[in-house]
Amino acid sequence: MAGFIIRRLLYMIPMMFAISVVTFIIIQLPPGDFLTAMTARLASQSETIDPGVIAGLRERYGLDQPWAVQYWKWISGILLRGDFGQSFDWNKPVSELIWARMSLTMVVSVTTLLFVWAVAFPIGIYSAVRQYSVGDYFATFFGFLGLAIPNFLLALVLMFVSAQYLGQSVGGLFSPLYINAAWSWAKLGDLISHMWIPVIVLGTGATAALIRIMRANLLDELNKPYVDMARARGLSEIRLLLKYPVRVALNPFVSTVGWVLPHLVSGSVVVSIVLSLPITGPLLLNALFAQDMYLAGTFILLMSMLTLIGTLISDLLLAWLDPRIRNG
Amino acid sequence: MLQIPMNTDPDFAMAGGRLAERDLLIEVDDLRTHFFGGAGSIRAVDGVSFSIPRGKTVCVVGESGSGKSITGRSILNQVPRGGRIVSGAIRYRPDPAAPAIDLASLDPRGRDMRAIRGAQIGLISQEPMAALSPVHTIGNQMMEVIRLHLKMGKKEAREHAIETLALVGIPRPAERMDSYAFQFSGGMRQRVCIALALACRPKLLIADEPTTALDVTTQANILDLLGSLQAEFGLSVLFVTHDLGVVAEIADEVVVMYVGRVVEAGDVDTIFHAPAHPYTKALLQSVPRMHGQPTERLAIIEGMVPSRFARPQGCSFHPRCKQARAGLCDQRDPQSVGIGDGHVVSCLLYEGGQ
Repeated sequence: MAGFIIRRLLYMIPMMFAISVVTFIIIQLPPGDFLTAMTARLASQSETIDPGVIAGLRERYGLDQPWAVQYWKWISGILLRGDFGQSFDWNKPVSELIWARMSLTMVVSVTTLLFVWAVAFPIGIYSAVRQYSVGDYFATFFGFLGLAIPNFLLALVLMFVSAQYLGQSVGGLFSPLYINAAWSWAKLGDLISHMWIPVIVLGTGATAALIRIMRANLLDELNKPYVDMARARGLSEIRLLLKYPVRVALNPFVSTVGWVLPHLVSGSVVVSIVLSLPITGPLLLNALFAQDMYLAGTFILLMSMLTLIGTLISDLLLAWLDPRIRNG
Repeated sequence: MLQIPMNTDPDFAMAGGRLAERDLLIEVDDLRTHFFGGAGSIRAVDGVSFSIPRGKTVCVVGESGSGKSITGRSILNQVPRGGRIVSGAIRYRPDPAAPAIDLASLDPRGRDMRAIRGAQIGLISQEPMAALSPVHTIGNQMMEVIRLHLKMGKKEAREHAIETLALVGIPRPAERMDSYAFQFSGGMRQRVCIALALACRPKLLIADEPTTALDVTTQANILDLLGSLQAEFGLSVLFVTHDLGVVAEIADEVVVMYVGRVVEAGDVDTIFHAPAHPYTKALLQSVPRMHGQPTERLAIIEGMVPSRFARPQGCSFHPRCKQARAGLCDQRDPQSVGIGDGHVVSCLLYEGGQ
């Protein structure tokens, strides 16, 4: 098992390297750089800037050098000094901008994931065991509805409900009172009371998908001979169900963590703009518009890291759950 | 074999002239197990009667779709989804002195039936590859059934499990307790399945084609093992198979089934040496003979097993039967008639005293 973990961790190193290179190239792909984007923006506001100043800035930021040199400056800064570079747009170090948002993103994502599991797991089991029952059709209907409704629409509806009937402040993760306050129990409570909207909005699609996955997995397992044989040994239905087929059907369920986590992070951009959530999505979008390359690059790099970690976690869970993977 | 005087009582003749005081563990009486689905109901088991004497092996033989497996499952009152026992009785007499329990009348999911499954009636199946959980150790599954029925502590249950694994010929049983199913070969897996079925020392083992998926050498080993376990525990075995070679080797009594009904039943010598029903005769002729001519063609039974939805009128076998008589076999349903010592045949040729 230890060998398995170490091997998986070692595989992550070349993977991260490849991702960082690809990330950097993609960011460099649009014509121009941050300064041309800035010039264009200023020109659209009928302001001009001295080309000499632009050239000076370009030299100072190293934007006139080939991408390999720029990449090396960026990646060596990260590896050697933990310096993710400077955000041109905000004129601040990238690391100052991202940590608060990254951590809130993680909180929202993990909460959503737990919500998704907690809802999808029992409903999925029910749908499979009582296949074609009224309850199964009900779950299937709302599952497809959840998949079909665009997240931003659901967000708008829930915001309306929350503001109109529950009297909560609309949008964001905090009430105005707590936005700049230091962390306290009251602030945590405020976060929790605001969290349910993004969690439901972000979670519905994945919940619906996981219900279908759990149902299909379990239906495959329910009629397997080992279930029948366990029943022939006198086990009660509920004990039988939870110990054998559900346990085996859990494998694909667990492996979904790998894709649900990054999906939640990247799929939240539109929703977090609608809900004005202080998480990474909107900031990343702006950074990409402004060609603020170090900020955008760092975000994408960290999200890729999250994806790799999510995959690693799901692989470890799988190995723990299934002896065939562990020993195979 | 003891010769019994012919009994003229009609009920007695129906039961094949069996001695009333024979020590029977199971008596299946006019069992009907039907499946209900969108395309109409299927009468998988359609009025089957036979019995299993204590400590003996009864083989149920028949082609695919003859209802032999469902008959076995019905005794466990564990019919696959969509099916249920609609009528008939399965009288189970664990104690010869006590009154019988009718298994068919118990709730299939109820506590009484579950207390019998695994504890008093064990099941092994034809798929040793798939019959064990892929993600639990052998020990986990062994101890589960032992602790469920025998009320043992953990340590005691573990010892009992190891002892049972040793009994079925698993080498180094204490170590193998922590192994998973995929770490065993096919034959070894079937041994583990037998250990699971016999862990609580049941009175009856239902073996549903247990050797079908195994190669011939392993098959012989498993049959030997079953024989020795039977002798050791006084176990009754209901052996479901389509392999007449296996039947000849292990059976005390044989029940031949065709499309959900018993066409002939009797002791193994009678069935093999003096078969009465045309179907049984045809089955036996289709088996290759050791001293036959190499150029000789094997006899075949013309036609196909009839569809479960369109059972022919009259005797189900008449469209394929060489001795069928028009106007009789395609009109009347044959009844079981006793034609000798425990020998029952369900054929119109034998009705009316032929």
